[in-house]
Amino acid sequence: MALKIVKGSIDRMFDKNLQDLVRGIRNHKEDEAKYISTCIDEIKQELKQDNIAVKANAVCKLTYLQMLGYDVSWAAFNIVEVMSSSKFTYKRIGYLAASQCFHESTDVIMLTTNQIRKDLSSPNQYDTGVALTGLSCFVTPDLARDLANDIMTLMSHTKPYIRKKAVLIMYKVFLKYPESLRPAFPRLKEKLEDPDPGVQSAAVNVICELARRNPKNYLSLAPLFFKLMTSSTNNWVLIKIIKLFGALTPLEPRLGKKLIEPLTNLIHSTSAMSLLYECVNTVIAGHDVNGSPFLPPFSLALFLFLRFQLCVQKLRILIEDSDQNLKYLGLLAMSKILKTHPKSVQSHKDLILQCLDDKDESIRLRALDLLYGMVSKKNLMEIVKKLMLHVDKAEGTTYRDELLTKIIDICSQSNYQYITNFEWYISILVELTRLEGTRHGHLIASQMLDVAIRVKAIRVFAVAQMATLLDNAHLMTGNVQRKGICEVLYAAAWICGEFSEHLENPMQTLEAMLRPKVATLPGHIQAVYVQNAAKLFATLLKNQEGNTDRTAAQETSQLMIDRLPLFVQSANLEVQERASCILQLVKYIQKLQQKDVEVAEEVIALFAGELNPVAPKAQKKVPVPEGLDLDAWINEPPSESESEDEQPKAIFAKEEPKHSRARHTEVDEKELAKRREARKQEQANNPFYIKASPSSQKVYQEAPGVEHIPVVQIDLSVPLKVPGLPMSDQYVKLEEERRQKERVEKKKKEKKKRKEKRGGRGKKHDSGPESEEDITPAHMVDIVTEEMPEDKKSSKHKKKKQKREKEEKEKKKKKKHHHHHHHSDGGGEESVQNGTVEEEEPLPVSVCHQSFTEIDIQGNLQDGSQVVVSVIFENKCDNFLKTMEFNVLDSLNSKLQRPEGSGPHDGLSVPFQLPPETRSSGTLRLSVFVIVFPQNEDSSTHEKLDFKLHFTCSSYLITTPCYSDAFAKLLESGDLKCSSVRLEGVNMPFHHLLARICFHHHFSVVERIDSCASMYSRSIQGHHVCLLVKTSGQTVSIDAKCDEPTLLGNVLDEIKQTFSQC
Amino acid sequence: MQFMLLFSRQGKLRLQKWYVPLSDKEKKKITRELVQTVLARKPKMCSFLEWRDLKVVYKRYASLYFCCAIEEQDNELITLEIIHRYVELLDKYFGSVCELDIIFNFEKAYFILDEFLLGGEAQETSKKTVLKAIEQADLLQEVRPHVVTLHFNSALFLIRLLRLN
Repeated sequence: MALKIVKGSIDRMFDKNLQDLVRGIRNHKEDEAKYISTCIDEIKQELKQDNIAVKANAVCKLTYLQMLGYDVSWAAFNIVEVMSSSKFTYKRIGYLAASQCFHESTDVIMLTTNQIRKDLSSPNQYDTGVALTGLSCFVTPDLARDLANDIMTLMSHTKPYIRKKAVLIMYKVFLKYPESLRPAFPRLKEKLEDPDPGVQSAAVNVICELARRNPKNYLSLAPLFFKLMTSSTNNWVLIKIIKLFGALTPLEPRLGKKLIEPLTNLIHSTSAMSLLYECVNTVIAGHDVNGSPFLPPFSLALFLFLRFQLCVQKLRILIEDSDQNLKYLGLLAMSKILKTHPKSVQSHKDLILQCLDDKDESIRLRALDLLYGMVSKKNLMEIVKKLMLHVDKAEGTTYRDELLTKIIDICSQSNYQYITNFEWYISILVELTRLEGTRHGHLIASQMLDVAIRVKAIRVFAVAQMATLLDNAHLMTGNVQRKGICEVLYAAAWICGEFSEHLENPMQTLEAMLRPKVATLPGHIQAVYVQNAAKLFATLLKNQEGNTDRTAAQETSQLMIDRLPLFVQSANLEVQERASCILQLVKYIQKLQQKDVEVAEEVIALFAGELNPVAPKAQKKVPVPEGLDLDAWINEPPSESESEDEQPKAIFAKEEPKHSRARHTEVDEKELAKRREARKQEQANNPFYIKASPSSQKVYQEAPGVEHIPVVQIDLSVPLKVPGLPMSDQYVKLEEERRQKERVEKKKKEKKKRKEKRGGRGKKHDSGPESEEDITPAHMVDIVTEEMPEDKKSSKHKKKKQKREKEEKEKKKKKKHHHHHHHSDGGGEESVQNGTVEEEEPLPVSVCHQSFTEIDIQGNLQDGSQVVVSVIFENKCDNFLKTMEFNVLDSLNSKLQRPEGSGPHDGLSVPFQLPPETRSSGTLRLSVFVIVFPQNEDSSTHEKLDFKLHFTCSSYLITTPCYSDAFAKLLESGDLKCSSVRLEGVNMPFHHLLARICFHHHFSVVERIDSCASMYSRSIQGHHVCLLVKTSGQTVSIDAKCDEPTLLGNVLDEIKQTFSQC
Repeated sequence: MQFMLLFSRQGKLRLQKWYVPLSDKEKKKITRELVQTVLARKPKMCSFLEWRDLKVVYKRYASLYFCCAIEEQDNELITLEIIHRYVELLDKYFGSVCELDIIFNFEKAYFILDEFLLGGEAQETSKKTVLKAIEQADLLQEVRPHVVTLHFNSALFLIRLLRLN
């Protein structure tokens, strides 16, 4: 026996143990992968041996390799073997390996259930402990379900060591197997009062985590926890309890009231920062909750406020601490307060600005976040000034870029709400362009454009600044690193061109824009340069033609002609196109100039009209003009067969006009005027139609004269043309003076008022520090709202609907292009409805009527069960139809596709309005489940216009071209059912006949030989339909094949119908 | 706590403990990303960072980084305390712990961690109790020459084994 053990030990000696493995890996730094692969081979050998010690050693090594990132999932079964060893040494290693390597999808986990159960009930507490620890890492829903009872028993184990672990692991079990919560909860609650503090804290832990997920079930435990909180001195437990209360107070505000005292005590007394931080956080989170849902008595509210102030004070202490961690957390908590109580944070502005100087970048970024919410009209300039200083100092482009975006964010937030002086803002933007290597050129550019377009009063100033930028463009393009910033030139060129009338020295700017160096800029910027050079040129011509000296104007044209060829050669297509277009134009102008013709007026007309910013969603809200059907084909779909083209008139002759095109030709002048009036009225009523202010439009349309160009006087006390010198500071001063002046004036006014009133109180309000409202912006932002209010729409709609309901009486009328229908054999329940179709007759009309023509039913190829129905609505009355709803009752086999969230009976609102005597078309989508039957859609709701939609089987067919060989293969395949039909007395040429089938039934001709043709079509659900059409005299025979006999029968019936009409 | 990672200044992983079920691939990705992020931070920076939707708390002890990921509502400072407590435990157990101790006895490092944390929650706040439990469990273990082999060659090891039996 002893010999055997010795022998085993000697065997083991030659194995590598973990330490050898680690050392080996460290000695084979160059070929680690190779070394490890040999080790893994050894391990595989070791795992094949019977000796459990060898196996455990191998598994231990594998655990190490797993950490290094090697796949060891192949050894999962060996791990289970080691886990089930009776020796604690090996069991421990086995469980460790399992907890590191197993995850939910490891299949051998199923095998472990019994082993774990055995270990859980082991007399040795460490066996149990090891099993519990392992289980906490790899517990699966199955394991949780099977072992929940065993673990629950362990919660009342005699040894606290086991109880503690069992309580904690219960949380994992609850997560995996929620049903276990209910039976286990009483015992868990009991553990809150366990004599052992470790078990107690474990129970607190678990309940706290549970309560965070679903607080309301744990409200009843509040008194117990309250007791624990006041008695416990263990900070770990206290933190958890406070966190738990943080989750409970929103549900029970009275709890908050009770918590005030103990929390305040803790805040005052504790020396543990973690506990203090937790208390402060909870108070902050609870403060707004306490404030809003119920109104506490005044004294309490005051008390709450004081407590809140205490927290803010404590946070200040945290931020002032030299420990970076506390500083960071303090700022983090401040940002939470900022959302609800910006005022409380604003008073600590000094401190937060100080944090911007911190050497830790993450602290600086936190402080930046806070600044965003702290700005007001009053302090914006000051804060931005400070930030600009940081931009200059900052090393590292990421932080600088972050600063840049923050500056722009802060300034532009809520529609430039806090900017009182846009000259200052523009100069800030210009200063930002001097940043080395920023990526955010486009951001600056879009701000420049936005401000210049929307703040009309600033244009003169902006143009002057942009002209300077263009003049100094070499500063931006010179350095390769500065690639990003040249985006700014895009904005500069556009602003200078568009508002060129404000330019001080347009000639100089034009030259700057046509410098050869420009050709090194990115293409899209060059394109803007070229286009705006043309605008500038137009303005220049205008100025110069005003003078008596004509040579100046000619010189300008010559400059353009000299410089533009550079751009004509550009590799960028857009630059090329614009340049050659403009070059030709200028050449033509030059010719005219030589003949002494005045051209400026006409040239300037090219660029007349103001470009207004358009809200991003505006387009959607403009109604589709009458007669324009965005979904209808302008031409017939291209898949029509050629035979149709031969004599299309003959085919369409008997058809109703498909679109309103025909009508339009008949419209006379009177009619047009009437319509125009109607459209104007409609637009006037439409809140979403952007109306150009009539004045500005007229200015440009009628007389583009100089006197109409708004000239704004600017105060040139500021040197405008000092490139490379920051100027925004001066605005801070100027703005201060302006505000001072305003304040004085206001005071005067107030005094006057007071005098007038002769208010006897005689108390003088000291206007002291000016309030937000007192500061009036120097420029107004032209607020083209980016988002149009949605609520307006709904309210108007309601009114109109009521009105409409009064006015309107419906009329039933329907026109169908396939009017006739025979009951199909397989029609089933639909055929009952079918009978009613033809019997409906137009009803008399009283006040107004609306007609409604179903025009086209098309399958949707993308979705085999969808059919698109195009409907033309026509208003035949004199009244304006504001809203219409469209509804189809769902039948067994079809369903109207409604927007998400609407009920099964809600109608679709038609997205346009109908002025009198107009028509418009809309589409609706229906889901169809089985397509082999024709069906009728019936809609009869309320007093509205009722209609029927008739779906023939042909409308489910989609014209699909098919090659003859593929067609032959299809016929040979033998999957298709055969059927045939004979048509007598068909009196038309064969190609007309084919065209008719193609048109009405969506077939395509595969091949035609004399009086014989093969045709093909496919249904939206992929059924093939093949036809062989033969004619002899007046008899037409159609042999048809299809993989769905019912569909085929119905299609043939429909074809028969078509021809029986003629 | 979602997981705990120990890694060296060179970015070598020394210990990992996951309290959330994730696939190996995800674990590797997270580890790589996090190790890079933490190593890139300057020494004077604070110990917290926001990473994905988690908060990461890390602290450097000598050449080892201890790094924990916690959830949004968790307390950063107590997590820092947990890290510190674990280091203290390792220190007591190994007697002024160094990186090599953790490399060569990595299973011990795990056992200590498992006695201290369970399922991501602190199970025992008393250092004494944790160490006692480890010692007790070690007593149960077959005497294994793990410490000895660090210093002696295999011949010595053989002699020792023979004497034992």
